[in-house]
Amino acid sequence: MNRIRAIEAQQIREDLPPFSVGDTVKVSYKVVEGNRERVQTFQGIVIRRHGAGARETFTVRKVSFAVGVERTFPVNSPKIVDLQVVTRGKVRRSKLYYLRDKVGKAARVKELR
Amino acid sequence: MGKAILGRKLGMTQVWSDDDRLIPVTVIEAGPCVVAQVKTVERDGYRAIQLGYGDVKESKVNKPMAGHYKKAGVSPKRYLAEVDAEEGVEYKVGDEITVDGIEPGMRVHVTGTSKGKGFAGVMKRHNFRGGPGGHGSHFHREPGSVGMCATPSRVLRGVGMPGHMGDETVTVRNLQVVRVDAEQNLLVIKGAVPGGKNGFLTIRLA
Repeated sequence: MNRIRAIEAQQIREDLPPFSVGDTVKVSYKVVEGNRERVQTFQGIVIRRHGAGARETFTVRKVSFAVGVERTFPVNSPKIVDLQVVTRGKVRRSKLYYLRDKVGKAARVKELR
Repeated sequence: MGKAILGRKLGMTQVWSDDDRLIPVTVIEAGPCVVAQVKTVERDGYRAIQLGYGDVKESKVNKPMAGHYKKAGVSPKRYLAEVDAEEGVEYKVGDEITVDGIEPGMRVHVTGTSKGKGFAGVMKRHNFRGGPGGHGSHFHREPGSVGMCATPSRVLRGVGMPGHMGDETVTVRNLQVVRVDAEQNLLVIKGAVPGGKNGFLTIRLA
């Protein structure tokens, strides 16, 4: 088990800032189109962090043209070029699935200060 | 015949490939193995080597096996297995076989014992479709008809039936080696291999 952990430990990225559920983050993600590569940004609220260690993922939700969009990224993906924490959120649960049923002003998260 | 080595499944995880894709991998502790016996064409009629893997206490082996190890001058091993001798290589009793010579990108065949599933029905064992779950149906996981009537008035050979499943020797061919760690005797192979954790495996170069 420890030897598997050691292999996983090599994969873990330590250059990203710490962030948690409720934060608004801006993820710059490498996208390959044919043989062209470009960087896409995706900004929204982190509604879940799932798994642990090298296998951890997080899901970002944003509302785009009145349609809710969620994207899940592996935390340690080499395709994440940059991750910025825009605001820190104050939340009381680890999974913010309730945001899916809220629209407009109700679908906000209190800012931590 | 290519190189062969014995090992033990440590478990599975995932690694990022060079082109940033996640690939599922199995981590195998392969070797170090020791040659316990060499079979030659002159004496045995064919070329092969017997490999030993995994140390075990001297008190754990019975007398005939202890004699075999003593004759070879090898410490007692948990596993002994005969593998084909690599073409053009001279082996001596006591030679050590390690992951040397196995490079990332090579293809290997992995043989192991699959997990035992016990007495299994036809849906699990032969991928039969079964019947509807409800709507008045009383036909759920049954095998259905197993043949015709007066002709041939017997069940044809090979018809899928319930029975014991798993705990058999299974070989998965052409798995890709992703990484090799010679220091820790580790092989990282893409995909799954038969059996559970700590299961005994034979790895042959494809």
